[in-house]
Amino acid sequence: MSHRLAGEGAIQRERTLAFTFDGRPLTGHPGDTLASALLAAGVRLVGRSFKYHRPRGILTAGSEEPNALVQLRSGARREPNTRATVVELFDGLEARSQNRWPSLALDLGAVNSLLSPLLVAGFYYKTFMWPAAFWEKVYEPAIRRAAGLGRASTEPDPDVYEKAHAFCDLLIVGAGPAGLAAALAAGRAGARVLLCDEDFLPGGRLNGERREIDGQDGAQWARQVGAELAGLPGVRVMTRTTVFGAYDGGTYGALERVADHLPRPTPHQPRQRLWKIVARRTLLAAGALERPIVFGGNDRPGVMLASAVRTYVNRFRVAPGRRTAVFTTCDDGWTTAFDLLDAGVQVPVVVEARQQVSSVILNEASRRGLRIMLGSQVLDARGGRGIRSVDVRDERGRTVRVAADALAVSGGWNPNAALCTHLGGRPRWSEAIHAYVPADMPPGMIAVGASAGELSLAGALRTGTQAGREAAEAAGFAAAAVQCPHADDEAVGGTPLWFVAGCRGKAFVDPQHDVTPGDIALAAREGFDSAELLKRYTTLGMGTDQGKTSALNGHALAAALTGRAPADLGTITSRPPYTPVAIGALAGVHRGPDFRPCRLTPSHRWAQSLGATFLDTGEWRRARAFPRAGEVDWQPTLVREVLGVRNGVGLCDVSTLGKIDVQGADAGAFLDRVYANMISSLPVGKARYGIMLREDGIVLDDGTAARLAPGHFLLSTTTAHAARVLQHLEHARQVLWPQLDVQLASVTEQWAQLAIAGPRARALLERLLAGAIDLSNAAFPYLACAEFAWQGSPARLYRLSFSGELAYELAVPARRGEAAVRAAMAAGESLGVVPYGLEALGTMRIEKGHVAGAELNGTTTAHDLGLGRMMSDRKDYIGRVLASRPGLTAPERPVLIGIRPVAAQARLAAGAHFLRLGARASLANDEGFVSSVTFSPVLGHWIGLGFLSRGRERLGERIRAHNPLAGGDVEVEVTHPVFYDPDGERLRG
Amino acid sequence: MRIECPFCGERDHSEFTYLGDAGFRRPDGGGEGLAGRFYEAVYLRDNPAGPHREWWCHSGGCLSWLRVTRDTRTHEILGVELASEVAVP
Repeated sequence: MSHRLAGEGAIQRERTLAFTFDGRPLTGHPGDTLASALLAAGVRLVGRSFKYHRPRGILTAGSEEPNALVQLRSGARREPNTRATVVELFDGLEARSQNRWPSLALDLGAVNSLLSPLLVAGFYYKTFMWPAAFWEKVYEPAIRRAAGLGRASTEPDPDVYEKAHAFCDLLIVGAGPAGLAAALAAGRAGARVLLCDEDFLPGGRLNGERREIDGQDGAQWARQVGAELAGLPGVRVMTRTTVFGAYDGGTYGALERVADHLPRPTPHQPRQRLWKIVARRTLLAAGALERPIVFGGNDRPGVMLASAVRTYVNRFRVAPGRRTAVFTTCDDGWTTAFDLLDAGVQVPVVVEARQQVSSVILNEASRRGLRIMLGSQVLDARGGRGIRSVDVRDERGRTVRVAADALAVSGGWNPNAALCTHLGGRPRWSEAIHAYVPADMPPGMIAVGASAGELSLAGALRTGTQAGREAAEAAGFAAAAVQCPHADDEAVGGTPLWFVAGCRGKAFVDPQHDVTPGDIALAAREGFDSAELLKRYTTLGMGTDQGKTSALNGHALAAALTGRAPADLGTITSRPPYTPVAIGALAGVHRGPDFRPCRLTPSHRWAQSLGATFLDTGEWRRARAFPRAGEVDWQPTLVREVLGVRNGVGLCDVSTLGKIDVQGADAGAFLDRVYANMISSLPVGKARYGIMLREDGIVLDDGTAARLAPGHFLLSTTTAHAARVLQHLEHARQVLWPQLDVQLASVTEQWAQLAIAGPRARALLERLLAGAIDLSNAAFPYLACAEFAWQGSPARLYRLSFSGELAYELAVPARRGEAAVRAAMAAGESLGVVPYGLEALGTMRIEKGHVAGAELNGTTTAHDLGLGRMMSDRKDYIGRVLASRPGLTAPERPVLIGIRPVAAQARLAAGAHFLRLGARASLANDEGFVSSVTFSPVLGHWIGLGFLSRGRERLGERIRAHNPLAGGDVEVEVTHPVFYDPDGERLRG
Repeated sequence: MRIECPFCGERDHSEFTYLGDAGFRRPDGGGEGLAGRFYEAVYLRDNPAGPHREWWCHSGGCLSWLRVTRDTRTHEILGVELASEVAVP
């Protein structure tokens, strides 16, 4: 039988939405939450608790809900642990209860209740301590199966999430009466206002109440203000948007649930949007959260916060119960009783913990013939999967049983101050309302309305209007003539009652984590008596709800047990996010192939057309190899490409190497200070290999410097370090030596650069460049460089060799890169030119003993790399002094060597560690490691580079390359690191 | 955190790269104890609770190196200067 009441609320009765709960078909209306629709259908049991599998229902009507966690949707969109109280109902919604087996009504896990003496606070640390090996294999899996929340989908999320940025004069967190009044005052003045509310309907508590503002219905007023705000040019009202975190500098994080209320997002619509909001000022108008009272059976389905009962009755027109008793310790609870009576719901009794209540309330109660029990407390809410009666201790100590199927509980209100503490501020205890109120706010934030402890509607409207006006003025807008809206009167008195002493049955302080008063008492006895220790020992407030409704009651209980006032216990620090934020929303579009940008080389399309395979290296996607039909794996391709270069000519796109243009009268002097070797002595038209050190003496990067004009150099860097080297050089230029006349610019992406290598490289270039430049060895020797015009655009040629062959690098403007590659291929066709990829490039550099990323690993010195002689002693440069520290020059340091396997067919693996023959594999015996390996097509066996202690003195020695990770242990011979053409005759040819 | 770049205006901190303490000048010349002075300049750092001068690079923007004065307790930015325009102590 429906629990839906007659009369208007904020639901559209003319439309019906079908949904299922645990497979059972049910209906609701647009405007319903899943919780209100379940209550309307008479469903009260919606989940099982975390530890004891107790039956649980719906406690609240908002995002603070600890109990009603459900799983939504199915398949790839299956989403666990959503709060039924904030899930907007849509047609076709599938919801399931969690943490029950085999079914919600019959849950075998409930046997855990019998074990509750074992599952007390700290049980993780005590009961399951021994033996240690059992924790991982037995206890934890068992506990995880039995206790827990829902299960996330294991399929990829089919939806998209996006990120957005917003800037405003005034960010208002919460569109209740205070927030709406503030938005009106600031918006009318012309300020840029962002008004965010987690609900899909602006109005906050006004939607759940029957209040009057300026003589009209409060919910109606909220709708009207919302409509006016939507028409103001500088104002943006964002519903379904939770401001979840406060960050430095007026920055806030917010989550907009764009399509959570739809069965699936419409095409191209994101599911959620993560906002980074930068606000000059922020108003915290997030209201207050009603607090419960701890008594026996306070977790049973049917026990609900009194304000939530009003929300269900007034907004959703749903009666949570047919006979709803009220248990209150403040004036607010009485409003629930009156609203229920006006809606035609029976109220068997109002149990009021206070001895005295204002005569206005008592007169109203007696006019309605309401049974009231002053100075009384609920001892026990009795029943199974829903309450059937409550046992009340009256003022004389007698126990009275009252039949009721629901119990509305009001323990007072806690200002919602979470955002105030995100930057480390501490809230202040207010004796006036017996709760923490914001203090020590983040810069630019102020609290208004109930968030500030102004619990009356009139106070909310007054503080909101004033703060909105001030924010507009501070942003330079003349205040608009905004009258503070007038609210009807209300009573807001109350005396806190945190828990009912001597209550019966099982009581819960934190229902989500099943923390009982007994757990709190145990923690207090064992000395965990501050708020933070209590939290960690008992898990109080550690659930998905972060103790929004439970923490203060727990603290008050612990304070009472240790003879203190609640304020003396301190409070916990609330941290972002205020409510859970999906990892997908934080990742936004940055996942899968869009995880980071992908830069393509100028010759990418050409390489694709040849069927190249690609590899992402750093930020670039580079051709890895150019396999031909019939080449079954990587090795034949590698061998063909390498031998093609070594015996003929090959071609490779090397545009990804960093290129830094250095100009200015002091360019040479500047480069002398950043390179370890001398650069200023380089003549125009020549290039030189150089190494840069960090100031601590470690090698930062290597590359070449080419002098194009007296005051103009072009540097190359490794692909991986390009950005870092430029930043390093800018630091030297701006911070260390700002007096030097020198300018730097990255031109990496402006120039396409093509390596043409092999004995026939000159022949190819002569055909390609057709006399644009004299390529004879005399005119253009090894390490020459030149600028010239080619085919109507500038070109640069460098005679550099990474492969060890006669080689050139031809640079053309990036947009002409692909044409240049195709032209070079055509020019080399009769010479047998082979395109080669990263694998062949890497193999040839290892054959030549050139260092690269694996050797320039941030721990090696120039001496370690065999480059010690490059360190000039005729000048000062970055890293010079500290490179000569004893630790960096110790003779036993591992230095660069080559290795070859003793057994010709053996494979090598990078990462293997060097051990003397017969030495045990231990850290003490470790003598270095293998940094790079390859199969050498020229030599016909594997070779490697590595770092070996005193390696240069040990050429010819046999050692082991031990690789426990991959299981390899290879005997190798120590060699000189240059395996191929050690005298460098080929590159000068 | 927001940093006001003298060229680009106020920007989110994610555009910037942090280097560290700006309270050192790079030792120069030769003389006694040069290694010791370099050691201090590279490794010895104060860790004050309060205003701290430090180097930041607007690496996602104009590549300016900036001397930023930041309160390490609150992340409040108290001042931003172009490195090339300040005399390093």
